[in-house]
Amino acid sequence: MSVSAVIFYIVSFFILATGLLAVTSRKIFRSAIWLLFSLTGVAGLYFWLQMEFIAAVQIVVYVGGIVVLIIFSIFLTQQSGKDLPAPVRSRTVFSVLSVCAGFILTCLILRQFAFGRSVLPIEQRRLMTDDGVAGPGVDASVGNIGSQLLSTSEHGYVLPFEVISILLLAAMVGCIVIAIKTKPEEK
Amino acid sequence: MSQVPLSHILFVSTALFFIGMYGLFTRRNLITMLMSVELILNSVNINFVAFNKYLYPDKLEGVFFSLFIVAIAAAEAAVAIAIIINLYRNFHSIDVEDAEDMKF
Repeated sequence: MSVSAVIFYIVSFFILATGLLAVTSRKIFRSAIWLLFSLTGVAGLYFWLQMEFIAAVQIVVYVGGIVVLIIFSIFLTQQSGKDLPAPVRSRTVFSVLSVCAGFILTCLILRQFAFGRSVLPIEQRRLMTDDGVAGPGVDASVGNIGSQLLSTSEHGYVLPFEVISILLLAAMVGCIVIAIKTKPEEK
Repeated sequence: MSQVPLSHILFVSTALFFIGMYGLFTRRNLITMLMSVELILNSVNINFVAFNKYLYPDKLEGVFFSLFIVAIAAAEAAVAIAIIINLYRNFHSIDVEDAEDMKF
């Protein structure tokens, strides 16, 4: 087992353990902090996959944006020292059962497809596709991602990019409209 | 990296997805349910990036899908938190059991 495989298993154990703590912790603030660790672990997994740009996006948007937003809303709406009420016992039991059933079913389907054996390691693929047509490995550099994101050619993503920008604008306006405080005399 | 087969990454993302599902089933607080949704979205992102890296190493489609999912998740979290704060203003609670005015 190489060092890189060991790093992968450590990172994935970290993600799963902190994710489990995030959904089971009884204090809501601790739950948010465990969620932060889990999302950072996912960013580490992207670094391990050598996708540096998406790892940076993960850290900036999730850890820097969404978790901070969640923590602010916890401070606005909860007494963060109090415990959350325990879930009903029957609901917990049935949730565990259904989640385990779904997990086992998905794992069986995954084993049926046997990606592990059919997929060649990256190094061997690199030798196979080394004919100058397909570049060796993913060129996930920021420049390549940016030029493909804004290109209008066949594999360009400029239309989804613009749709996303309209969506973000609409979400921003919608947030302000929903969360704005109406003045008492208007009521 | 070539030592780890793709199926192990898929197992990790499946486990993360079902952890999020468990949180969504058991929690009754809107903010914690939002956190579970974030975990689910992250597991899907791991899948996209891993498939891109292992099966189509000469393309970037999975990366773009992940980027768009991240953008939509950010918009979704902002709108959800605006709704939660508005709900708290009206009901003084963000428990889903208390917000049943629109229940049929």
